[in-house]
Amino acid sequence: MIHLTINGLPVSVPEGTTILDAARSADIPIPTLCHHPKLTPYGGCRLCIVEVKGINRPVTSCTTPVAADMEVATTTPAIEGMRKTILELILSDHPNDCMVCEKAGDCALQELAYFYGVRENRFDGERRCYAGKDRNPFIDRDMEKCILCGKCVRVCEEVQGVGAIDIAYRGFNAKICPPFEKDLSCEFCGQCVSVCPTGALTGKAWTQRGRQKDIKEVDTICPYCGCGCGITLHVRRNEIVRVSSREETINEGWLCPKGRFGYTFVNSPERLHVPLIKEKGVFREAGWDEAMSLIVSKLGKIKKKYGPDAIGGLASARCTNEENYLFQKFMRAVIGTNNIDHCARL
Amino acid sequence: MAGLATVFGSGAMTNSIPEIENNDALLVIGSNTTETHPIVALRMKKAFRKGAQIIVADPRKIDLVRFSALWLRHKPGTDVALLNGVMHVLLKEKLIDRDFISERTEGFEAFRKSIDSFTPEAAQRITGVPKKDIIKAAHIYGKAERPAVFYTMGITQHTHGTQNVFAIANLALMTGNLGRESTGVNPLRGQNNVQGSTDMGCIPNQFPGYQRVDMPSIREKFESAWGVRLPDRPGLTATEMADAAHEGDLKALYIMGENPVISDPDTNHTRKALQHLDFLVVQDIFMTETAELADVVLPASCFAEKEGTFTNTERRLQRVRRAVAAPGQAREDSEIIMELSTRMGFDMKYRFMEEILREIGRLWPAVAGITYERLGMRGLQWPCPTHDHPGTPYLFKGGFPRGKASFTPVEYEPSRELPDNEYPFVLTTGRQLFQYHTGSMTRKVAELNAVAPTAYVEINARDAASLRVADGDMLTVSSRRGSISLQALISERPADGVVFIPFHYREAAANVLTNPARDPICNIPELKVCAVRIEKAGAG
Repeated sequence: MIHLTINGLPVSVPEGTTILDAARSADIPIPTLCHHPKLTPYGGCRLCIVEVKGINRPVTSCTTPVAADMEVATTTPAIEGMRKTILELILSDHPNDCMVCEKAGDCALQELAYFYGVRENRFDGERRCYAGKDRNPFIDRDMEKCILCGKCVRVCEEVQGVGAIDIAYRGFNAKICPPFEKDLSCEFCGQCVSVCPTGALTGKAWTQRGRQKDIKEVDTICPYCGCGCGITLHVRRNEIVRVSSREETINEGWLCPKGRFGYTFVNSPERLHVPLIKEKGVFREAGWDEAMSLIVSKLGKIKKKYGPDAIGGLASARCTNEENYLFQKFMRAVIGTNNIDHCARL
Repeated sequence: MAGLATVFGSGAMTNSIPEIENNDALLVIGSNTTETHPIVALRMKKAFRKGAQIIVADPRKIDLVRFSALWLRHKPGTDVALLNGVMHVLLKEKLIDRDFISERTEGFEAFRKSIDSFTPEAAQRITGVPKKDIIKAAHIYGKAERPAVFYTMGITQHTHGTQNVFAIANLALMTGNLGRESTGVNPLRGQNNVQGSTDMGCIPNQFPGYQRVDMPSIREKFESAWGVRLPDRPGLTATEMADAAHEGDLKALYIMGENPVISDPDTNHTRKALQHLDFLVVQDIFMTETAELADVVLPASCFAEKEGTFTNTERRLQRVRRAVAAPGQAREDSEIIMELSTRMGFDMKYRFMEEILREIGRLWPAVAGITYERLGMRGLQWPCPTHDHPGTPYLFKGGFPRGKASFTPVEYEPSRELPDNEYPFVLTTGRQLFQYHTGSMTRKVAELNAVAPTAYVEINARDAASLRVADGDMLTVSSRRGSISLQALISERPADGVVFIPFHYREAAANVLTNPARDPICNIPELKVCAVRIEKAGAG
């Protein structure tokens, strides 16, 4: 263990820990924009700078490992002044349209601008301007809002293993794009959307469906494959408007295109909403009582005439454990047959 | 599942998803993991970055091959020969765990003899995989400290699917690669709660918790819990029910949230079978191809409209929570079943969902320790017998439920339908990333349909050239059971003579073509190999 002090507090962490992680383990906040705990440290945004006694310049805490007896100060007037200037520089080339931005209220940049009280633009000048939108159906890219933190690049490479994008060009022209700005090998998992600190990357399906106000968040499990990813449904007025995932889930917050973007079937107008009974080959709407009575009488007659084994039941890998338990109980205890199966073999 | 249950006494993933990143060798066979289990694949990629060697055994050049140390392109349906070839090398080079074999297994000598003829040369002749790669695979798996095998339907959906599973189990047993963290045999389950449906006894021969219906002591336990006499004869599997309906022996079928018309082999046969029934009830969230054939259709609630639990592929029970109200008069499946039961004279009433889980726990000790409150954000993995038990991330730590695990000698059997002059291509079916199963959910999602709008048949450039087919051409693909029309997708993924069709698309349903021939032990149909003919559409 390495022993050091941060803001005068003694802290002990394993060798190789960064100053940022050491501080956060002691619940000492340090602002960051380009850092993500699951991705390689990047040192790009420079907001995590701290003072270390004996080093006569600020160091980026996300890329500097702790050393024995290190004395770290995370907040001093000089450091806070530099952080504010960094924010002002970022915001000097950032659209000031938080009032219509999808990310408002959940935006790391907006939050820092608020805490540092950045109101005026001291560095007014040329701004990046990106024309044209791509036609992918999932991800809305608003590249004027990109702060080049590189999280999307790292998550695509390090977590998804796809490497669809990287930072091209230099200086003011630097931007995130696929190779040659055209050969996109994207899988549309949306991992980049989930780590983007600003409104540069958002889900197209979320647009103007609601931000933070009146949103109810419900933690549940994805309805698709057997991975069992934890998802959070964002619900507004009885409609799922967005899906996200928390870092503490077994899927570590990562999702696939179906899990992240495949939820709108829930609100499909094609959903069945009333029982249907077929008469002369055509369905007509019926009440629950009529439909239930028909089922009870038909199954009863068939059971009486041909025995319980003339009836079968298929349960569902889509339904819950509790429902499946009840269904097999119904087939075995009520109908009286073991003719019960589901699509495990398919 | 039947295969693993026979060998070990329990059929499920032996390890858990978070353990994958600490595997040092992975054998991924018959699983297109990045598309069918994308988040499990992320852990495999993480293992790769931490230095693990991945062996991919797949007839198609799937995306995971990019991360592999070795790719074995065996011919579809030759898994047994490939695995036996690998095991031959392990035996010959003594890369086996003698202590494990003597202490925890039985039947080794008979198994050893059965492997004799599967020299790498012989395996090469059957599988098409070069001998040196078979040897290399044995070295990677045999010398690893924490190797695990991962498979899905590419292993099981064969007439010899259970034999394939036995071969995988033999491999793990002879090397002692079971019962440790990040070391084991892992069938990845394909649907959100397919593990749970099986656990809950929605299978014809077992009550909840894999307890056999034909064992008197078990049946008595359920009879006294439920207060009725219960049938003692195992029932019919789904495919057998279709046959029985066809023959007129099955008169009524109640289907809750399944779409066998699209998901089962030989669609025309399934459709006819269902039409032959006197009475068909379908309870679903959409008017599926199966629901269209029903006499009564009941509107049900989807996952976002109900409380309960799902059990994922690693035996993990997690909480499902209601987020929105169901549309119109749609009701929860549980509510529908309770009312039907009560109307049929069996009083089935639960005041809240967790009461059902408590009843399950009284009948199946492996989940007795699980409560909704304990599930939290990451759930609990069964076995979890008591309220202070932390759940079980990996199985068989102290031994196997059936005592000693058994080796099963496995002979190679060719698939039932092989290509010939009339039907010269091998068709293999499966899923793709953007659609799901029969498409009843994903095909209602505009964004997913925008990137994966139509059915296609994946064919490599050499075969396409010999048929004078260009990318995007409409083709007619026919088997002995039917024919469908769909676009050509020229890709380097399939091998020569092999084509792939995803089964999600109702308008060109791959299962019109597939062979309903079944594995004799677990009744799984041979969806991964059948013979087809390919022609340009309209060419006559």
